[in-house]
Amino acid sequence: MSEPERPSSLDDLNKRLKDARSKHAPDEKPEDEGGSSGGLGLGFRVAIDLVAGVAVGVFVGWLLDRWLGTTPWLMVLFFFLGAGAGFSNVIRAERASRTKPD
Amino acid sequence: MASPLEQFEISPIVPIQIGGIDLSFTNSSLWMTIAVIVAGGTLTVAAGRGAMVPGRLQTIGELLYEFIAGLIKETIGSEGRKYFPIIFTVFVFVLTGNLLGMIPYSFTFTSHIIVTFAMAIVIFLAVTVLGFVRHGTHFFSFFVPPGTPLVMYPLMIPIEILSYLSRPISLAVRLFANMMAGHILLKVIAGFVAAMGVFGILPLALVVALTGLEIIIAFLQAYVFTILTCLYINDAIKLH
Repeated sequence: MSEPERPSSLDDLNKRLKDARSKHAPDEKPEDEGGSSGGLGLGFRVAIDLVAGVAVGVFVGWLLDRWLGTTPWLMVLFFFLGAGAGFSNVIRAERASRTKPD
Repeated sequence: MASPLEQFEISPIVPIQIGGIDLSFTNSSLWMTIAVIVAGGTLTVAAGRGAMVPGRLQTIGELLYEFIAGLIKETIGSEGRKYFPIIFTVFVFVLTGNLLGMIPYSFTFTSHIIVTFAMAIVIFLAVTVLGFVRHGTHFFSFFVPPGTPLVMYPLMIPIEILSYLSRPISLAVRLFANMMAGHILLKVIAGFVAAMGVFGILPLALVVALTGLEIIIAFLQAYVFTILTCLYINDAIKLH
């Protein structure tokens, strides 16, 4: 057993470890981030948040219209307010997910 | 060939009609009952032994407990511990439903919007009541984002209220859409296997991969549903 052999085998092991880690690391990341498959999950989330805002806006506007007899004006107004709510949903979710994981 | 949408059909098993309202025990009810029995049974057995060195079932129970306890601590803090039972129940029920749906010929009740919406609206109402109990009328200040200039109040308050009202919808739709889309995709691609003859081996491989992905999504969507519940409770307790 000579001295110089040991560092080289350790270096070798280090390199192999690093290789193995870099090979496995990307696999684990996307699942941790919360999206079902990276961009697709994120897109799904944003789309649902946006549409939910608009849908609730239109529904509330329609109800108020029926109650107050102002068809269709409040629905139009609440469509835009709902769109605003949808955007604020998305912005808030995005801000939360950016500060949370790290 | 069977339609890929056939899997979502509701069929009554025990027809019950009370006062013109259809209260039949359907296949959906059946699978919800199975989910409760499976989840309850597993956890009862898991908790019953209490061995120093946990067996398989006890490990599942402990993992679930620690996972949810950690989630609550992260999102709500130590104050959230008293909401552990409801959050744990929501997670286990949704997860069991999602996973039971992965068994061939079973029924995925979480792929029905009325089921997810019922859960979402209960959570939404409970969280709203919680907010009012904790803060009284001061809870209304939740609808005014901090730092809003007075001029913007007429615009921001309706937007915030609508944004708040859209919560149960996005909560319900997220779970339902993910489960439904995944199950339709599986059935459509499985349909190609028979249609393509020898080359059906390609979609078959894809179905195998997608089944794995669906199981991941089953866990992920249960997790998302739970973490959003935690965040809503956190909002109601802390207001911003």
